[in-house]
Amino acid sequence: MAEPRVSSWRALVVQAALVLALAALAYFAATNAAQKLARQGIVAGFGFLERPAGFDIGQSPIPYAAATATYLDAFLVGLLNTLLVSALAIVLSTVLGFALGIARRSSNLLARSFAAAYVEGFRNLPLLLQLLVWYVAVRVALPAASDPAAWGGAYLSQRGLFLPRPDFSGLAALVPLAFAAGLFAMGLLLRMSRRAVALGRKPVPVLWPGALLGLGLPALAWAGLALAGHLVPVAWPARGPYDIAGGLALRPEFVALLVGLSTYSAAFIAEIVRSGLDSVPRGQREAAAALSLSGAQALRLVVLPQAMRVIVPPLTSQYLNTTKNSSLAVLIGYPDLVHVFMGTVLNQTNQAVEVVAITMGVYLSLSLATALLMNRYNARVAGGRP
Amino acid sequence: MRVVRPRPALLLALALLGTPLPAWAEPAKTDSVKTDSVKTDATKTGTGKAEGTLAQVKARGHLVCGVSPGVAGFSVPDGQGHWTGLDVDFCRALAAAIFDSPEAVRFIPQSSAARFTALQSGEIDVLARNTTWTLSRDTAAMNFPAITFYDGQGFLVRKALNIGAVKQLDRATICLQQGTTTELNLADWFRTRGLTYQVVTFANSEQTLGAYESGRCDAYSTDQSSLYGERLKTAHPDEHVILSEAISKEPFAPGVRQGDDQWRDIVAWTHYAMLDAEEAGIRQDNVEQMRREAPSPDARRILGLEGGYGERLGLTADWVARIVRHVGNYGDSFARNLGDGTPLKIPRGLNALWNQGGLQYGPPIR
Repeated sequence: MAEPRVSSWRALVVQAALVLALAALAYFAATNAAQKLARQGIVAGFGFLERPAGFDIGQSPIPYAAATATYLDAFLVGLLNTLLVSALAIVLSTVLGFALGIARRSSNLLARSFAAAYVEGFRNLPLLLQLLVWYVAVRVALPAASDPAAWGGAYLSQRGLFLPRPDFSGLAALVPLAFAAGLFAMGLLLRMSRRAVALGRKPVPVLWPGALLGLGLPALAWAGLALAGHLVPVAWPARGPYDIAGGLALRPEFVALLVGLSTYSAAFIAEIVRSGLDSVPRGQREAAAALSLSGAQALRLVVLPQAMRVIVPPLTSQYLNTTKNSSLAVLIGYPDLVHVFMGTVLNQTNQAVEVVAITMGVYLSLSLATALLMNRYNARVAGGRP
Repeated sequence: MRVVRPRPALLLALALLGTPLPAWAEPAKTDSVKTDSVKTDATKTGTGKAEGTLAQVKARGHLVCGVSPGVAGFSVPDGQGHWTGLDVDFCRALAAAIFDSPEAVRFIPQSSAARFTALQSGEIDVLARNTTWTLSRDTAAMNFPAITFYDGQGFLVRKALNIGAVKQLDRATICLQQGTTTELNLADWFRTRGLTYQVVTFANSEQTLGAYESGRCDAYSTDQSSLYGERLKTAHPDEHVILSEAISKEPFAPGVRQGDDQWRDIVAWTHYAMLDAEEAGIRQDNVEQMRREAPSPDARRILGLEGGYGERLGLTADWVARIVRHVGNYGDSFARNLGDGTPLKIPRGLNALWNQGGLQYGPPIR
């Protein structure tokens, strides 16, 4: 009994010494940095966030004007741009990745080979290279800004994709509300269907009624408003002296980053899904067939629910990667957090320590939040385990 | 936080680490103080103990000059490590005035981040590196003796657009390199005129030029002096034009440390001497003839045949003759590095002499 006690005492001393050394190093670094900053006339602290920014940002989901914006506003624009592109890329890559992963285990030779070729191609080329291909090569192939392609009010050129933008403010807010109601009804249907299956009854059809509700309700709202004499105002893109103006502009930087991240990430998700499907014993599929479930039903009701236990943990890592990879935006000029905050704001304010700390804090929080959500979901998925 | 035991050890560690700090914090002061005692026989400059840098340079046998690592026309090294350019010529002129040799210079490329530290720490004697003279830089422990190049933020556009003025870029898309004052100038300029634009920014100039050239932007904006070099990098330079209008003032000036009036005078008057020589018609190809014939009283004073003005700077009487013989006057240097004879083809513009419509004005040598 004396033996482990001595070694634990020794371990304690070693650990204490290590902690001391680290604390001393941190103190040294902090004082050194403080001295250097003081000599350069830089005031440490976060007060700089209140100062006027004075520069413009090309793409912003919220109103941003150089005249009135502070560095905090610039930070928010960068953050929202990062969140926007990451969230959309996660959704798109999940849809595409699941489709590809299932296709890899399909009985259809064409689907199987296409999915395999896709995965090997996208997974094995550096993401940076792919982003540059989407941004540079694909953009150059598009029509010049002076001669955009036009279909029914929408335009496409090297400067982006320009779509009509409905204005859903005021009474017109009924349309998105109707859409939300449709989604809610679809969720209810899904729940009813699950309960029916759990009770051994026939599942309630979800897909078609759901789609009808999700698209039909807003269409009804739109038509109803129009009949009542209140047309939803639509901002149409129009040709300006140099470029298309008005409407909803999807800029090439955003599209290239979104497409690049989604297609790249989808290849990894496809592999995760495939390994999940492979983890479900063959007997399960055979049993489903014996119950006269169709192939699609077997996949949806029997195989996927069991595969999710294997899929979700690595899927979480993949989502974290997508968010972090979005910082490659800086190389194709998309104003994400790193581009705006670590690039322009850092250069203009010289508040290197604060800016880097904030940026790191943001990515850490985003990753931890994603992981938290996914772990909750994972607990639910894995909870059904016998 | 309730652990009390490690405190004495922590304090000891901090004390041990704390002691070297002051020594590290001021790495260079000793250098400039040490040579203050070495007096030159300059008759009079400024306020007393200020002869440091010239004495140091003379003792060392060569000048140490901080330049840009590579800006076409301003400072570019060739394969053999031989530097050329307008900024390089300025340092060579200084060396010629001091040592009668344009080769008595060591060029140290400086990044934009490290340049001011290099000057303040005494690593370089003079900074000739496309540095814009601003109040905050001037007050931050350095001086800008004279403006060697008047630059301004300009625009590169396609000739096919037929644009003559910047205001015609209303609603255009403009490509920029991020993190510079370019972004601020542009926002101010368009805002104060009630015009709008769409901005796309990139982290470096290659990406910015690539986006402009491929049609993502209607214009590429940065300092005009750089735009001439950028235009050369496009596939068809003659399809692009640099608008003559500038939206900001970017006066490039060499930098020296504060507190050395003699050195500051030498640097300022080296530039003025090159201007005065050009104004008096003293060129690299006729300087010897001018010295023999010595036509006008102006030229006689400039060339040191009368007055002994060079000695007042701590230099020799023939200091301007040395500069012009080895480097040329300002016009010679401009033509050799930036002018029509070079691929850059930068017009003299604001950098023409004052009596030819420009701003370059050398105070009289007398």
